[in-house]
Amino acid sequence: MIRVENLTKYYGETVGVRDLNFQVETGEVLGFLGPNGAGKTTTMKMLTCYLPPSAGTAKVSGFDIIEQSMEVRKRIGYLPERNPLYTEMSVRAYLGFVARVKGIRPPAQRGQIDGVIERCGLETVHRRTIEKLSKGYQQRVGIAQAILGDPEILILDEPTLGLDPKQIIEIRQLIRNLGGEKTVVLSSHILPEVSQVCNRVIIINHGELIAVDTPDNLRSRLAKAAILRLAFRDEGDAAARASRILESIKGVLIVRQEPGGDNARIFTVECAPDRDIREEIARALVGERIPLLELYREELSLEDIFLQLVTEEVS
Amino acid sequence: MRKLSAVYRKELEHYFQSISAYVMISLFLALAGYFFYSIFRYYNYLSFQAGREPSLADNLNLIEGVMRPLMSNVSVVLLFAIPMLTMRLLAEEKRQGTFELLLTYPISDFEAVMGKYLAALSVFAVMLGGTLMYPAMLAIFSDPETGPMVTSYIGLFLMGASFVAMGIFFSSITSSQIVAGAATFAVALFFLIIGWAAPFAGPTLSKVIAQFSILEHFDSFSKGIVNLPDVTYYVFITAFFIFMTLRSLESSHWRT
Repeated sequence: MIRVENLTKYYGETVGVRDLNFQVETGEVLGFLGPNGAGKTTTMKMLTCYLPPSAGTAKVSGFDIIEQSMEVRKRIGYLPERNPLYTEMSVRAYLGFVARVKGIRPPAQRGQIDGVIERCGLETVHRRTIEKLSKGYQQRVGIAQAILGDPEILILDEPTLGLDPKQIIEIRQLIRNLGGEKTVVLSSHILPEVSQVCNRVIIINHGELIAVDTPDNLRSRLAKAAILRLAFRDEGDAAARASRILESIKGVLIVRQEPGGDNARIFTVECAPDRDIREEIARALVGERIPLLELYREELSLEDIFLQLVTEEVS
Repeated sequence: MRKLSAVYRKELEHYFQSISAYVMISLFLALAGYFFYSIFRYYNYLSFQAGREPSLADNLNLIEGVMRPLMSNVSVVLLFAIPMLTMRLLAEEKRQGTFELLLTYPISDFEAVMGKYLAALSVFAVMLGGTLMYPAMLAIFSDPETGPMVTSYIGLFLMGASFVAMGIFFSSITSSQIVAGAATFAVALFFLIIGWAAPFAGPTLSKVIAQFSILEHFDSFSKGIVNLPDVTYYVFITAFFIFMTLRSLESSHWRT
């Protein structure tokens, strides 16, 4: 659906993005992840034909963003970063304007506008002036204008920026509902959001692509060391004995301990990822009569992966 | 064409849904009315004088005595009014970021610019249309020549059209409405008074300068003559600034 080839953008001497290559399949929700200034917005502006690339190109539904920009623009719905709207207009009048500019045929306009108003939950506010709406409703208007005209692809730049938690959940739900039927590319610097909403994640930093994968694969690919957490009741010399036992088990790399609440002691054990040693540990500890309360493997959050990737790139 | 009219409609609604257009039109008409009143008073006074001294009546007619001075005064008021009408057009959209979104819709720069240009031009036409009541009054109470009146309105409309084009150009190069308005005013004023330099320039240069003057080209319209070079002048200025607007939009694609 979208094929990005060596996409590069320089702002004078500074690099916006460099040599990006990736593809987005039909019906996929792709997350674009990176710290502020990584080049997410630049890439999106190029895909929507607002900025011409310095080198490379991209094809959207087979149309080139430089050579066939009109065809591309017909197939893309775009929500820019700060959600710019004509705030002095009413929701309905604004959507009417967008429908005409997008070239929707007049007989179909009314039905389409009613459709997106319903889709985005704007029924109660569609006659009101946009500037008088809450930020969450304004964001829905932004999404409504993007999906008006039924474009195949949606490009949403930081769609939940500046919303309160309840609004964020609602907007995410809306985006999830759109995925599957439409191809969605969304950018974010909030990691849980991406792992919740997206099928696949692209991580970029300093304008360069660092990783492309599903959130799950990223997690397992990057699990260089599996981390186990153990907790047991701190009585007698249990802590000292436990630490001796743990260190004697093959595959354990580092053992750290810290006091926990409820008279418990928490151990963090880093071990080699190639072998699952949970069972072995449990048997050894119980065999030595250590009062084990908990034992679990910690999943790497996307946040950790992101930090790992980004800092690796720097060093 | 449908997309152009969508932009046109939206801009026109903006003018008439906010109070801006009403304020501008009323202020413009109030000023023009005051000019008409004082010019007509003076004409009246001269007529009475001519009653006693027939030699004064030689050049006394409604076109020379009322319409021509009125038209040149109105053109000066336009100089102030039109920048205020046009300064918002693109500058505000650039500031708010809505322009970026507009340009990612399947609409050409030309359609977007022309929609806005024609909307401002329409508001200007309504303003100018309001002043038609003065010649109408003259026609009710007297019998002025209609030819020169019609041509001076054509001339004034063309002049305004070129001011609007300057306005949209300056609105396209900045995101500040004030800068856009001030620059439009300055450049339009410059075109209006450039003729003043003509008498002091050399013989060739003075002709060239005079050709650039907006007033110089308006002169024949107010006398009842429609000259092709004069029409061409205004059309050229208008087309030039619209062309420059399109260029400036294109360059902003590449720079930002």
